Amino acid sequence: MTVNSIYKEEKKSAFQKVFEVIITMASRPSGFIGLSILVFHIILAFISPYIAPYDFKAINPTLMLQAPSAEYWFGTDDLGRDVFTRTILGGRTALTITFFGSLIALLWGGLLGIFCGLVGGKIDDIVMRIVDAFLSIPWILAMLLIVSLLGTSTEVLIPALGFFYGKGIVRVARAATHDVIAKDFIVSARARGHSNFSIIWNEIIPNVRDAILVEGAMRWSWMLLGFSSLSFLGFGVSPPTPDWGLMISNARGLMSFAYWAVIAPIVGLSSLIIGINLTADAFAKALGIDRSTKAPV
Amino acid sequence: MSDIIQKVKNLSIGFKSKKGEEILILKNISTKIKKGETVGIVGESGSGKSTLALAMMGYVKHGLYTIGGKCEFNSSNLLNMKSKDLEKIRGRKIAMIPQNAGQALTPNLKIGYQIDEALQLHSDLNEKEREKKISELLNKVRLPSPETIALRYPHELSGGQQQRVAVAMALAGTPDLLLLDEPTTGLDVTTQAHVLELLNFIAKDTGTSMVYVSHDLGAIAQVSDRIIVMYSGEIVLEGPSRDILKRPIHPYTHGLLKSIPKLSLAGLPESMPGSQPQPGIIQSGCSFFDRCNFSEDKCKNNSPQLEFLKELNTSVRCFNYEKLLKESQVNQNVNKIKNNSKDKEILNLSEVSISYAKQKLLDQIFNRISDDNPTVKDININIKKGETIALVGESGSGKSTILKSIAGLLRTKDGLIRFDQNRNLSSDLKERNPNDLRIIQLIFQNPDESLNPNHTVEEIIAQPLKLYFGLKGEELNKNIIDLLQKVRLGDFYMSRYPRQLSGGEKQRVAVARAFAAKPDIILCDEVTSALDVSVQAAVLNLLQQLKEDFGTTYIFVSHDLAVVRAISDRVAVLYQGRLCEVGPSNDVYKFPSHPYTEVLLGAVLEPDPDIKPKLVAEDIVEEKPPEKGCSFQGRCSRIVGDICKKEIPPWQLTDGGNAIRCHIPIKELQKEQF
Amino acid sequence: MLFLIIKRILLGFITLFIVSLITFVGTEILPGDACTTYLERQAFGEQLEACYRRLGLNVPAYERYVSWAVNAIQGDFGYSLSGEMPIKEVLGPRIKNSLVLASAAIFIGIPIALILGIVTALWRDKLPDVAISTVTIFAMTIPEFISATLLILIIAIWLEWLPGIVIVPTDVSFFELLPNIILPVIAIAMIMTAHMARMVRSSVIQVMASEYVQMAILKGVPYWKMVFKHVLPNALLPAINVVALTIAWLLGGVVVTEVVFNYPGLGRLVIESISNRDLPTVQALAIILASIYVSINLLADLMTLMLNPRLKTLQIRK
Repeated sequence: MTVNSIYKEEKKSAFQKVFEVIITMASRPSGFIGLSILVFHIILAFISPYIAPYDFKAINPTLMLQAPSAEYWFGTDDLGRDVFTRTILGGRTALTITFFGSLIALLWGGLLGIFCGLVGGKIDDIVMRIVDAFLSIPWILAMLLIVSLLGTSTEVLIPALGFFYGKGIVRVARAATHDVIAKDFIVSARARGHSNFSIIWNEIIPNVRDAILVEGAMRWSWMLLGFSSLSFLGFGVSPPTPDWGLMISNARGLMSFAYWAVIAPIVGLSSLIIGINLTADAFAKALGIDRSTKAPV
Repeated sequence: MSDIIQKVKNLSIGFKSKKGEEILILKNISTKIKKGETVGIVGESGSGKSTLALAMMGYVKHGLYTIGGKCEFNSSNLLNMKSKDLEKIRGRKIAMIPQNAGQALTPNLKIGYQIDEALQLHSDLNEKEREKKISELLNKVRLPSPETIALRYPHELSGGQQQRVAVAMALAGTPDLLLLDEPTTGLDVTTQAHVLELLNFIAKDTGTSMVYVSHDLGAIAQVSDRIIVMYSGEIVLEGPSRDILKRPIHPYTHGLLKSIPKLSLAGLPESMPGSQPQPGIIQSGCSFFDRCNFSEDKCKNNSPQLEFLKELNTSVRCFNYEKLLKESQVNQNVNKIKNNSKDKEILNLSEVSISYAKQKLLDQIFNRISDDNPTVKDININIKKGETIALVGESGSGKSTILKSIAGLLRTKDGLIRFDQNRNLSSDLKERNPNDLRIIQLIFQNPDESLNPNHTVEEIIAQPLKLYFGLKGEELNKNIIDLLQKVRLGDFYMSRYPRQLSGGEKQRVAVARAFAAKPDIILCDEVTSALDVSVQAAVLNLLQQLKEDFGTTYIFVSHDLAVVRAISDRVAVLYQGRLCEVGPSNDVYKFPSHPYTEVLLGAVLEPDPDIKPKLVAEDIVEEKPPEKGCSFQGRCSRIVGDICKKEIPPWQLTDGGNAIRCHIPIKELQKEQF
Repeated sequence: MLFLIIKRILLGFITLFIVSLITFVGTEILPGDACTTYLERQAFGEQLEACYRRLGLNVPAYERYVSWAVNAIQGDFGYSLSGEMPIKEVLGPRIKNSLVLASAAIFIGIPIALILGIVTALWRDKLPDVAISTVTIFAMTIPEFISATLLILIIAIWLEWLPGIVIVPTDVSFFELLPNIILPVIAIAMIMTAHMARMVRSSVIQVMASEYVQMAILKGVPYWKMVFKHVLPNALLPAINVVALTIAWLLGGVVVTEVVFNYPGLGRLVIESISNRDLPTVQALAIILASIYVSINLLADLMTLMLNPRLKTLQIRK
């Protein structure tokens, strides 16, 4: 009897596991495209200050609304600033703020969700009621209110975004915990007398981690969408810092004769959001989680 | 020619693995089903038996595809038929009775509609006639008050009733061939026997051919004329039912029959080594090679072909079947279990009651449980050190509930749990100290659920060692290897994850984890139920060996009465959360005195065509224990009068040390039986 | 059954109560009060006093909350600082305009989403699925303000088919409004439809893989009959709740879209009152938007209760 080797695997290090997940993600065309776009944007965010051909805030009235040319690849805007320079720089703030925002969302949402799922009962009921109430206030209203009263500094934006996008994670983490907690290995750990902390850390987190991480990746793309909307409405990044949402909003009024100033940031922002989304999708599939059943709340 | 209804020819079905390799689920299967006969297809999970049954209806599951061969029904190949034509055959010529009727009935449609749908599709009756026919069909499958059942939704019926509806639905199209995919698996013992009896009746009554697919040789033995044994996607043995069960000439079937516990045998049967290989793992040679007692060198690289033996009317896939031909019958050797129980009491349950009722606010405030008719009531059991006591009963008998309370997972309403004669154990985990928790360990039914999928075997076994003994480093490692050896697993298993192990291996890991705590008592909750038949005996033998080595006490819960017979010293029979009978296994099995014990044992299906189940009582499902009187009054065939309904029966003792709870005097009970 | 419905409705009210507390406490703990925030640098002397008196800010917070809540239940949300008239008069036409926009998007979006979702599920992994799924991924991920801007650029500016910006007074009649809302409705409906279509798809696929659908096939039920009788009722039931959540999410999108198209609805009012730092109006808006969210979810829950035989018979049996 000759035995096929496909069923033998050995324990892997965390690094190997991450590497494997990335390979699985990239093996699908959509995952490959998503990852490439995302990696491209991240690299661009790091190197753009060094490769930008012009100063992003240099106003030059003589160069107002120039059409794309060899000198100004994407043309110039209404203040004579180079659109190419501003476009390659325009994702940095959004990317950074939303990345840290989603980390915060992941952390508090995940932990609170696991806690609620574990303790259940009255505490769970009360916390979920409050989370529901927060969910029912449109995020845009709440964010606008906070930003208009506290300002648009990074210290305000990151925790505020993190807080408002974490509510949905609470639900996901709680549901995932509920599924796990009924399993016999949790009962077994409880019967042995492990502490709650040990049960959360050793038994629950490894089993809900994937679901929460996928949720976090999704939040990232939604948060980016939300943050850009804020910028677009004039409540996000403050000028003259280049930002796609803000650039679209500014160039919008003139687009009947200077469409380039609006097209360039649109391409930048859309590609980043699609990239993150495709990546999150591929991530979910690589971990075996179906994300299309979830509502964008 | 015309008496053959279904012909499978060189059928291969498989799927593409992630790496693009073609993996076969069915390998070159050929067989024929004759008109009017019942063929049993038996095999373990993963043997391809269900895939074969579905292919006989021209159905291949999503993800699988036909690699070659055909399934001919009345000389037309179902596997390349247009769906229009298939619709005219499915349900009308060939009908399926599914494994899990609860899942197979559409939840949003009423029972009546679902049967009516089949009638509309496959008969010319008008609405009035169909309505009458629905009642007739429901009557035929012996469902009470068909008119009301027809108006119900599937979820409102019990498992046995759902299964009967599925039978009625299949009969609606008056098919020539019925395919039954594990139709009784998951039902209670008595219900199972009743459904089988019904199927037998229908087979005789309508003359329909049947293909009965099951892992349970006991059920197969009761219904089939011919048996096909499948292993790893191949037919390894095919022939007349009686010959296969009495004189199996394939080593797998031979070993399997030897390893199945039987009611008539006290003691553990011989076990078969290893487990069935996963599909795709074997590239050449006989797939049974590494588990076979009769293998030779040539078996390793050459695959045997299915050989037809004319004189026996049997086909067999083995080079060495002649060796088995010489053996006249399956000689089951059992290892008598040693009863090393001492007289010292280790655990005592007195007057234990457990309630699942939702508590009222007032009771919550005063932290008390009030329920006049609790799920489990008045449990008094005295467990001796080193014995194996089994709790048996059907679903709802409260056997697992009692285990949970002993483990501290479920609060009792009343009563005391006393360890080692003087220590009271609280039924609330938080009130137990670490040592109280250590002395009682649990092994669960399904190792897939009881082992954390994200931990390696090493981490799983290390948990109790770290928790109770604070072991670290080299010493921890040594202990883990030691434990793995005790459950007959090599140390290379340490770095594996549960998903990389077979069912039997997983359960061994769970056993090792339980023993790691050096417990005095191990609670075994249906520990063999989720395992394949061929690995059951091995796990039972292992448990027995470990018990003898460590002097551990087992409290063993199971619905499988033959398994209980094999391993236990004492048996406690439960009905609706009340004890009916407690006594030494030998006595309980030889002279079952309580009417319920009689019903239970009578319904057991044995893999022997000569032993037929006896159906004593109705298989009604009772949702709640009666408030007054004997717990079994609802189904008892020996009710002696009003006294059964009003008074709780007293305990009576037999000469063998059996305690039973019944109003009928013990002498009379024993006389009336069998 | 009745008990379940009453319980759901009660829970909805509790949620609204918590929302009102959150908005009230939120505006209370953030720096400044309604008057100082609104008046900014003129927040002193007579002007501030007058404002305090008008809003009744000189009484303790809990008293203010109670009187505000009592009035709010009767539909009186107080006085709009920037509009200089009672808030309910400001709100009236805005609510109507936004409702027209949102309901048009919903009535167009839901049927399309259902059809797309079912088609993609039934032709899973085949050409229609791949094509539609790719499009929905794009439609779903691109923010409203981008799709809205592109719609204006392409359809209004380059092709000149429809007006790009809505230039109508707030209290315009319904029929005058209609030609103006085509582009905004498309912009809103796109993202929502894409989301719902994907959810319907996965729900249908899940049911198609169930044992009872396999059983229906083996019973010889013709394909389309199986789809309509055995698959869709069971697949769309759980989708109801998810669709409700998507609709609620759309409220945020409405705000942005209304700004892009300069549409006189609730969304633009949100931006206006926040820009004007008109806290009483913002509070009223929060409650109104939250009530819409809560009622949509309540409706979805009640529909699920009505349609699910499992829940329907639950009470009868016990």
